[in-house]
Formats: sequence, structure tokens, C-alpha cells
Amino acid sequence: MQRVGVFVCHCGSNIAATVDVKKVVEMVSLEPGVVHAEDYQYMCSEAGQARIDAAIKEKGLTGIVVCSCSPRMHEATFRKAAERAGLNPYMVEIANIREHCSWIHKDMEEATKKAVVLARAAIAKVNLNAPLQPGESLVTKRALVIGGGIAGIQTAIDIADAGYEVDIVEKTPSIGGRMSQLDKTFPTLDCSACILTPKMVEAAAHEKITIYTYSEVDKVTGFVGDFTVDIRKKARSIDMNKCTGCGVCQEKCPSKKTPSEFNRGLNTRSAIYTPFAQAIPNVPVIDRDACIKFKTGKCGICEKVCQAGAIDYEQKDEIVTQKYGAIVVATGFDVIKVDQYEEYAYSQSKDVITSLELERIMNAAGPTKGHLERLSDGKHPKEMVFIQCVGSRCSDDKGKSYCSKICCMYTAKHAMLIRDKYPDVNVTVFYIDVRTPGKNFDEFYRRAVEDYGVNYIKGQVGKVAPQPDGSLLVQGVDLIDNKQILKKADMVVLAAAIEPEKDVRRIATMLTASIDTNNFLTESHAKLRPVESPTAGVFLSGVCQGPKDIPETVAQAGAAAVKAIGLLAKDKLLTNPCTAKADELMCNGCSTCANVCPYGAITYETKEINDHGIRETRRVASVNNALCQGCGACTVACPSGAMDLQGFSNRQILAEVDAICR
Amino acid sequence: MSIENETFRPKIVAFCCNWCSYAGADLAGSSRLVYPADVKIIRVPCSCRVNPMFILRAFEKGADGVIMCGCHPGDCHYSTGNYYARRRMTLLFSMLDFIGVENGRTRVEWVSAAEGVKFSTTMNEFVEKITSLGPNVRLEDLRCRN
Repeated sequence: MQRVGVFVCHCGSNIAATVDVKKVVEMVSLEPGVVHAEDYQYMCSEAGQARIDAAIKEKGLTGIVVCSCSPRMHEATFRKAAERAGLNPYMVEIANIREHCSWIHKDMEEATKKAVVLARAAIAKVNLNAPLQPGESLVTKRALVIGGGIAGIQTAIDIADAGYEVDIVEKTPSIGGRMSQLDKTFPTLDCSACILTPKMVEAAAHEKITIYTYSEVDKVTGFVGDFTVDIRKKARSIDMNKCTGCGVCQEKCPSKKTPSEFNRGLNTRSAIYTPFAQAIPNVPVIDRDACIKFKTGKCGICEKVCQAGAIDYEQKDEIVTQKYGAIVVATGFDVIKVDQYEEYAYSQSKDVITSLELERIMNAAGPTKGHLERLSDGKHPKEMVFIQCVGSRCSDDKGKSYCSKICCMYTAKHAMLIRDKYPDVNVTVFYIDVRTPGKNFDEFYRRAVEDYGVNYIKGQVGKVAPQPDGSLLVQGVDLIDNKQILKKADMVVLAAAIEPEKDVRRIATMLTASIDTNNFLTESHAKLRPVESPTAGVFLSGVCQGPKDIPETVAQAGAAAVKAIGLLAKDKLLTNPCTAKADELMCNGCSTCANVCPYGAITYETKEINDHGIRETRRVASVNNALCQGCGACTVACPSGAMDLQGFSNRQILAEVDAICR
Repeated sequence: MSIENETFRPKIVAFCCNWCSYAGADLAGSSRLVYPADVKIIRVPCSCRVNPMFILRAFEKGADGVIMCGCHPGDCHYSTGNYYARRRMTLLFSMLDFIGVENGRTRVEWVSAAEGVKFSTTMNEFVEKITSLGPNVRLEDLRCRN
């Protein structure tokens, strides 16, 4: 039995408004082992922690129960407080009477009763706690960045500048990501390529950065500070060391009918290709599905024209295995498929396009050399209609429930650029709300309306109907004037919702990082730890965590880098001491536990056991504390009950069950 | 019986894994999504830490329903823990049903850290179900009763 101190937090009125904290103190004082109980306004404050400190010293407490917010919030705080007072930090238990009690119950009597029960369970548990000592594990001073867009590039540069090795893994043939597809950026109208390509070059030239393009992460094992990752370098069919990037192969390639991914399928590319002229590395890849040589065995023109002899049809996927201390996910986004919205006629008319397609059309290096023209007949449009929130802020299953955040601003940008370059084009924007929070954002939007005469109509579009003359009839509603609108347009641009890159779920599963129903990676704390995944050693950069514009992405990329650097700067990490432990007297060496262990942490050793005076040699399980992550799978699998989990032992959990059911 | 049913408030034990469901319950809390106070949560590192013995003990000590929540299949923090849990619970629940603890009294639900709404809805449904089933007398050890 411990000498237990119970500290009940008011959390201002967060707890005290629905839980009678004085009553809780009174009730828990009667519990076995409790020698001290008190309440305080804010237990997590310095004054609150000082009270815990004082009570530990004065009353000689050996166990602490703090009735407060979730342990996910302040368990570490109170453990540190206990440690400062000379108590083992693992002698602290938290009763979550805020998130699991005061915030969800209205009735004071009920909430107070429940708080007492939760406190009882924690007291029963702490009575069985044992001091635990964390072990140590070494940190591999190398970081992996998954994704080579602006988020990944910025994170990699920041980590590398701090002096650590960084590898970028990018699945496409070049780094650059979505930003390389953009023409201009809001709210300054900087040319996207002009600010991105120097960053790409910097990353590629950095002595601490290694870039794996056309590569994917195949497998991740290990844990914070010591991840082992298999990177699959997909067969490029080009020897990267020999290729000079002259581009002759791409010119001469006879297979030129594949839709260009980079230009969103608006034009075609050759089978051997670099996605865009400024690609890094400037080494093409052969698309084996499109290549005539791979399909029929005949052709081989690229091999003949390549002066450097870099073409290698025999090349195979290569697996690179590397160790990392930290992993940053920067997988980015794509726009949703808009053809599911039949009302907008995207698949019926070439002149209904998405905003990302418009970016390519407006771009001087794009399929129309930067001339605004209709894709159906190449004519210059006179009337353009932009439709906002296509798939964003949807209440049905078809679309996304969230706001994609960037669409209002990029539409204002597009409208402004079009009106600036082609004053003869009328631009109309149908919107639900115009959302412009951000530095200089609203000013930018107002310029579009006031200086450039963009016609903003509050209301939604019900239908876009292609007409026999090739124009598009837009049927919408003006909610302010409360009238139907029929508008003839030459081009319609859809502000399609953004969604996380498809691969992110596979990557999250490999990293055991949490992911939400929209496939955005979950941060450790929405406000206080926004760039860390709940999985230690995994950090989040860019849109994989939630919709963001470029400045926010770059800021978050830097933040993720700092967190990764903070980890890499350590030589050793303290490991979680809540690991499995085998009772050698009860173990019969059956191997069941090793079979269920996902970490291979259990081995068997043959040793001499003194079983109540009988000495004999037995085969018993032994847990490697550095490998064990404390899931507890083995404890349940063990048929003889020899395996137990420290910190969540059978006796502790049963004591909690008993206290709750009492 | 009818009078007893009106005042009957079930005892419900919920085992929640630390990484998904416990965080989901926290989110339900911070989003103020109300569910009955009859549910008491025990935090475990992973759903695979839940020994069938814990559930039997809960019923023995007078619990009227036990629910176990973990990460969605494929999303387990420890990769495979919830698969073990799923198999173990399938077996245990069918055995419990056989000895008279109806399947309605036991439940497994996957709740992610982002699913506060799902946590709250699940708990509301479960409490309603257990309330309609009434007290569990099948496994309770009366000697344990206070």
C-alpha cells in the first residue's frame, strides 16, 4: 500500500462548474492508502505544482493521483513535478475528470459521483504502481522527408542547414510538387517558379541533402530515434550518373501520346520524359507502360540517340535501406475528381476546367504557352465564370466537409490576372462566402473587385449546360438580389476541393501515425503540438496535416524541421519504461509471446532458475526493453500468465475494474 | 421489475486504447458531446492489452455492459494489436453469449482520435442498449456486491 496524495483540480470553472471538487476531496479521503487530499484552482500552474511538491515532502507521499484533465495533456507535467520532489515519475496517475466527466455531463450530482469513481480507480491503480526507470536508446542523426514539394524541400533545407543529413523521397521524377505547377502566387503575384526553383536547386546542391526521386517508401520499422526505412528507387531505365540531361531522347521518342501528368492531362508527353523543363534532377524516366520498346520489344530510338549511353532498359527497382532518427511527412495534396459533379459538365465540355488546369493554361511553359484560350477551339474567351466551393464545405458524402482554404484567394488571383492581361474578358465569380483571413488577403480580394472590376455574385450554380454553339450556359442564383441568373460563358473554372495525396494512408499505416476520416494526418495536439504526430519521431509538414497556402506551408515546414532538429540534437533518448516483463518462475518457454510481438522484442534464454528451492535449467522469455514498445499483446497471449506489462499490469487494471464496478 | 427498470442506471466499463479511442473520448469531451455518466473509461496502451479476464472480472463485479474501443483496423499504433483484440473478443463474446451474457452487453468499436462524434454516439447507443437489457445478473458474483 502506498501513501497516496490526491490533488483535485478546479481547472478554473472547467471542472468546478459541474463537479463538486470539495465533495470529491471529502470522498477520496476515505479511500485506502489516501493520506492527503486537496483541491486547487489550477493544479498545472506553478503554484499548483508547488502544492504537490510540498505535500510529497511533508506527508512523505509515495503515490500521487491528480484529478484533472486528460493524461494526454498534463501527465508529463505532473510526472516532472513529482520527480522534482524526489518521487519516481511513474508513481503518478491521472484521473481524467475534465474531458471524460465535467465537460460531457450536465448534472452536478452525477458528474461528481463519476469523478469520485474515476478518482477511486486511479487511487486503486496507484496503490499497485511500482517505480520504473526509463532506459536509453541512441539517436541516428539523419532525417527522412517523405515528399519533395515546397513543404518537404523547406523542411529538408532547414534540417540540413542545422548540420544533419537529410534524405528526401519523392515519388514523381522531379521534386517541386504542386507549387511547380502554379503560375503566380497570392497575394503578391510572385511568379511561382521564380521563388520555387532556387529552393529546388538549393536542396539539390546541399551537401547534406540526398534526393531520391521516382522513389517510394516501401517499409518502415523501428521507433523514434532509430527508424529503419526501405526506399524503393523505381527503375528509371536511365543511368543517372551518365545522363547529361540534353533532352534529345525526349525529342526523338516516337511515343508522344501519353497525357502529361504535370500539365494535368491538357497536353501529351513522350514516353521518356522529364515532367517539366526545370525538373530536378534533370534526368528523364521511361514510362514503361507507354514505351514502344517495353511494349513490343522494337524501337530503342532513345538508346541510339543518347550520346552518353545512359539508357538502360534492363534497370530494375532498387531497395535502399537507411536508418533515420526522425521522419517528416510532407506528402501534400491533390485536387478532387470533379467529374462526379455532373451538373458542372466537366466531362462533357473541354471548356469546363479546374483551377489547377487554369494555372497550367496561364503558365508561359504550359500547354497554351500562357495564352488564355478555350481548349475546345482555341478561341479567346470573352466571358469567364468561376464556381467556388466545388466539393468543399459539402454536407453530403460526395464532397468534403472542410473548407479547402486556398480557393477564395487563388480565384481572386486568377480573376485579377485575367482582367489585367485581357481587359476585354468579363469575369464572374459565384461564391458562398469569400474567406480571406491572412496578411494582405482581404486587401487583395478587394483589389480584384474594386480595381479590376471582377463581378462577384453570392450564390451557387445549379447547372452548367453546354450549348450547340460551343458556349456554356451557367444557371445560378444571386442570393443578395434573390433572383435566378442565366449567364452565357465561354469558359467555366471550378475551384475544386483539395484532398490529401492518395498515398498518405499507406504511409500513415507504415509509420503507425494517426490519420483522420478525411485522410489528413492527425497532429499531437491541435493547438500546442501542431507539427508533431502522436507517434514519436514523426513530424508533419504542409497540407498532409490540413489545407494550407504556401506561406503557412513554409512556416509549418520550418516548424517541423525545428522539432526534428530538436530530436536529432540529442545523443540518447529515454525510452518508455512501461514495457513487458516475464516472470521467470511462471514462464514455461512456450514461445507464444514471441509469436505475437510486433517488434521481435522477445527472445528466449536458457538459464538456471531457483523455483522455491528447486534448481533447474529452464527456457524462459526475456524482453528487450529497447525494442519493446509496451503494447501488451504478449501479456494476453501468455497462457501461464507469466508476461505482464509494467505500468499497466494485470493487477493494476483489475484494481481499476474493481473500483469502477464497486 | 418495472419500478426497478425506471431507476436502473447501468454500470458500464469502457476500455480505450491510448492512441486512438482514448484520444477520441478526449475529443468528445473537448467538443462537449454529451453521453451518460454511466460510462467509465479505463485507459490501456492498446486494445490488445485487454485481457478477456478483465471483462469477465467486470461482469463478475457487477458491470452491466463492457465496451472495448481501439484504433481502426490497419491504423493500430502497434501495427497489429487491434487484430489480436478483434479475434480475442469475437471468441470471448460468443462464449459469454453461450453462458447467458447476451451479445448486446459486449461491444467492440473502432474509434479514431479524430472521431469524437463517433465516440459520443457509440456510448449513447450502448448505454441505451444496456438500459433496455436491464441489470446483468448472469455472471455477477453476489458476494462481491456491497
